[in-house]
Amino acid sequence: MSQFRTLGLFGLVAVLIIGTGILQSWNTALLILNMGLVSAVMALGVNLQWGFAGLFNVGVMGFVALGGLGVVLAAEPPVGEAWAAGGLRLILGLLIGAAVIIGAVYIWKSGMKRRVPLLLAELVIGFFLFRYVFDGGVEAVEAVNPALTGNLGGLGLPVLLAWPIGGLLAAGAAWAIGKTALGLRSDYLAIATLGIAEIVIAVMKNEDWLARGVKNVIGLPRPLPYEIDLQQSAGFVERAQALGLDPVTASTLYVKLGYAVLFAAVLIVLLVMAQMALKSPWGRMMRAIRDNEVAARAMGKNVTARHLQVFVLGSAICGIAGAMMTTLDGQLTPGTYQPLRFTFLIWVMVIVGGSGNNFGAVLGGMLIWFLWVQVEPFGRWLMEVVTMGMDEGSPMRTHLLESAAHMRLLSMGVILLLVLRFSPRGLIPEK
Amino acid sequence: MDILNAIVALSNFVLIPAIAYGSQLAIGALGVTLIYDILRFSNFAHGDTMAFGTMVTILFTWLFQSMGITLGPLPTALLALPLGIAATGLLVLGTDRMVYRFYRRQKAAPVVFVIVSIGVMFIMNGLVRFIIGPGDQRFADGARFIISARDFKAWSGLNEGLALKTSQAITVVVAVMVVAALFWFLNRTRTGKSMRAYSDNEDLALLSGINPERVVLVTWLIVAALATVAGVLYGLDKSFKPFTYFQLLLPIFASAIVGGLGSPLGAIAGGFVIAFSEVLVTYPLKKILGYLLPESLEPNGLVQLLSTDYKFAVSFVILVIVLLFRPTGLFRGKSV
Amino acid sequence: MNAASKEPFLIGRAMTGGYGKSGPDILHNCTIAVDPGEIAVIVGPNGAGKSTAMKALFGMLDLRQGAVHLDGVDITHLSPQERVVQGMGFVPQTHNIFTSMTVEENLEMGAFIRRDDFSDTMAQVYDLFPILKDKRHQAAGELSGGQRQQVAVGRALMTQPKVLMLDEPTAGVSPIVMDELFDRIIEVARTGLPVLMVEQNARQALAIADKGYVLVMGANAHTGTGKELLADPEVRQSFLGG
Repeated sequence: MSQFRTLGLFGLVAVLIIGTGILQSWNTALLILNMGLVSAVMALGVNLQWGFAGLFNVGVMGFVALGGLGVVLAAEPPVGEAWAAGGLRLILGLLIGAAVIIGAVYIWKSGMKRRVPLLLAELVIGFFLFRYVFDGGVEAVEAVNPALTGNLGGLGLPVLLAWPIGGLLAAGAAWAIGKTALGLRSDYLAIATLGIAEIVIAVMKNEDWLARGVKNVIGLPRPLPYEIDLQQSAGFVERAQALGLDPVTASTLYVKLGYAVLFAAVLIVLLVMAQMALKSPWGRMMRAIRDNEVAARAMGKNVTARHLQVFVLGSAICGIAGAMMTTLDGQLTPGTYQPLRFTFLIWVMVIVGGSGNNFGAVLGGMLIWFLWVQVEPFGRWLMEVVTMGMDEGSPMRTHLLESAAHMRLLSMGVILLLVLRFSPRGLIPEK
Repeated sequence: MDILNAIVALSNFVLIPAIAYGSQLAIGALGVTLIYDILRFSNFAHGDTMAFGTMVTILFTWLFQSMGITLGPLPTALLALPLGIAATGLLVLGTDRMVYRFYRRQKAAPVVFVIVSIGVMFIMNGLVRFIIGPGDQRFADGARFIISARDFKAWSGLNEGLALKTSQAITVVVAVMVVAALFWFLNRTRTGKSMRAYSDNEDLALLSGINPERVVLVTWLIVAALATVAGVLYGLDKSFKPFTYFQLLLPIFASAIVGGLGSPLGAIAGGFVIAFSEVLVTYPLKKILGYLLPESLEPNGLVQLLSTDYKFAVSFVILVIVLLFRPTGLFRGKSV
Repeated sequence: MNAASKEPFLIGRAMTGGYGKSGPDILHNCTIAVDPGEIAVIVGPNGAGKSTAMKALFGMLDLRQGAVHLDGVDITHLSPQERVVQGMGFVPQTHNIFTSMTVEENLEMGAFIRRDDFSDTMAQVYDLFPILKDKRHQAAGELSGGQRQQVAVGRALMTQPKVLMLDEPTAGVSPIVMDELFDRIIEVARTGLPVLMVEQNARQALAIADKGYVLVMGANAHTGTGKELLADPEVRQSFLGG
């Protein structure tokens, strides 16, 4: 029975997307599909943390953004000039910063007498030393051709490799955060992760040497050919015409389909792994900890270590999704990361889909993304209908029409509350 | 003379802004802490409740302005404030009736309430953007300064000017009044005491005949008032933008947690700790140090410890440090 | 006057039931009663259902059979809060004070349902527990264990109840404090207020009891005056250690 329900719900999503293709355009349908797949991966990551382990992470945005940063750092070509100008000094500065922090932790843990003044002295001196070395490096790097680069660039690796690297970057950050914050109560952890996400975005906006800050990195390498190249390839044009499509449409569809295949492959691999994890002794233990932490602790389970594990894994998945998204966009724009869109919307996906159930998370990701996109045109249509009787130039009418875009947030809130009230375990509940 | 200049510069750029900002955070954090005390969850919709109250106040301010009603040197918004509070009160009571009460009867876990409040946050956020739009709104009118930097320089003969904005003075005066009224209410009135009793020991409060629904109702009304006041003061001092108000959630929660979640005194202390650290760490201290240090030691850089965009980092670092070393906050808070 | 006049002031008659609608029965045909001027004590081994019996009287339990009458009125279907209004004063075993509030505020909260002037009652409580008067502006949570119990009893007295019920008032306090608390409870009973209490310290409690109930497995095992029970060889052997 529950299997039919699952199949039916996924069928519904398929119908919605295909319907979009028929009624609106295949281009839009594929756009929704691609971001839906990315959203599903994010939801899978959050579900691992919340559904499996009950960890309340509202810093999803930070990990997604770190994944995007991973693409720049892995796939962009290195800027040799910048490295020569101040790259080493900058790296040295960062190393000093890290050493200061490690030193501070070491002093604190040593338990020696008078450690507090020593700690303060170490931090103050360390901070100024760090700023001295680091600032010089930053200045030199950012001075190199600021209109085009002004950053260190990346490793010049194939862009597909950037996805796991984005995941690793997110995992590393998650490890550091988890080490400090995971012992906190759930709502404290929530606020802490919310703060971390804001800090990640602040760093990405301000540290121009890293990924050009708000100047954005555009034209990122991509794993698929450019549309313009396809349109110029005789073979492609011929095949497109054989299918009865004009080359321009065919090339955009081809590229988007290519992304869809890549994303679906990643999603399936992660979904299979998540299913295996869920059914493994590890997954059972996770849920046991979630349901009764005290009892699990009493049975000798290392709850903190398990939480750290699942926090890092879930964040890594969000990082991979972030890298996929940045690759799809072809650019990294730190200014566009907003918590409502990249943290809380993912939460809506997980809760609506069914927390604790991987298929639920995937379904929630695809379905909510579809709604997120389609609520806007629907809202505009609704407002057209509502304002039909009004005067053409009436300010009320103009206001309502202009505000239709904000119906999105409203409707997401209503959907979340309705699901929580009438189907609190989500559309595909945990078994 | 140099020392005087340094003191004036410090007051002008650090103390006065931080006191005003701290008062705004403190009133915001009081709302968060009261919800935590009585309804026992962290309300993620608080920033958007503030935005809603401020928005209604702004709309009425515009209405009054168009009718030619003003308060002279004081901002018209003060006249509209009670209406903003009333509208916000209706909104949160409606939300409680339609959303939270169901989970209260179910005795749902606190984390369920938090997730529910995320849903409410979406709705309120959408509502505010829908009505007033996502853009920046300035609604302060009346006299801009009580003391302007130029007048102060002329009067004192110092190099440094000291400016006191009307909005800053109003913030502090209103904050003192609000806090005094709140503490009087909680400590001196029968209803206020029943709220404290309910927060302290729910079962015993029930045995004593305290009606929980009434306590919840009064709490929401107070929270609506606090949120609107905090939002309007912040908006007068800076400007109103829905997204900024949503982001205020972080320093406000940091204040409440640093002070000790559930402790009203802690919320106030936390607000000032966060505000002072944020302003101090992100303000370029060169000017002040320049007056105090001999020329040879004068710093070359701006002596700005962190760029202003890192202000969230400040709230956050203080939050983490306090939680690691004193998990219940500066004033002993409670844990659900 | 009808049959009700012969009925005890507060009686839980033939109570059978457990926690929740479907929970297993803990009480089996158990009867507990108390009259004005009396101290009635419920004793018994661990897990005998002593506290459960008291909670049943107070409406915190779903009764499957039996009835609770207060002053001749059937209150079986009232909620605990409604029973407080009807005149039952209940002191829970733990969490029985508002720790963050002052002693005086605790008493005020006890009188929350009263809209009349309760300063007389408060003066009476202070007369009964003089130490509380000295500490009336101190937070109740800062007091010693015995003083906290006095606050708890005082809080319950503030409603001017018709019957006072105490759930293990001496749990966790020293023997000296226990004696003092018992003295105060006797004083309360002398004013004519019926007192019903559950006690772990069976010997001392029976010594001051006008009426004693020994429960075993949720049922009445022995009933009698305190003296009778203390003298009963069977009771002595099984519960009082000879």
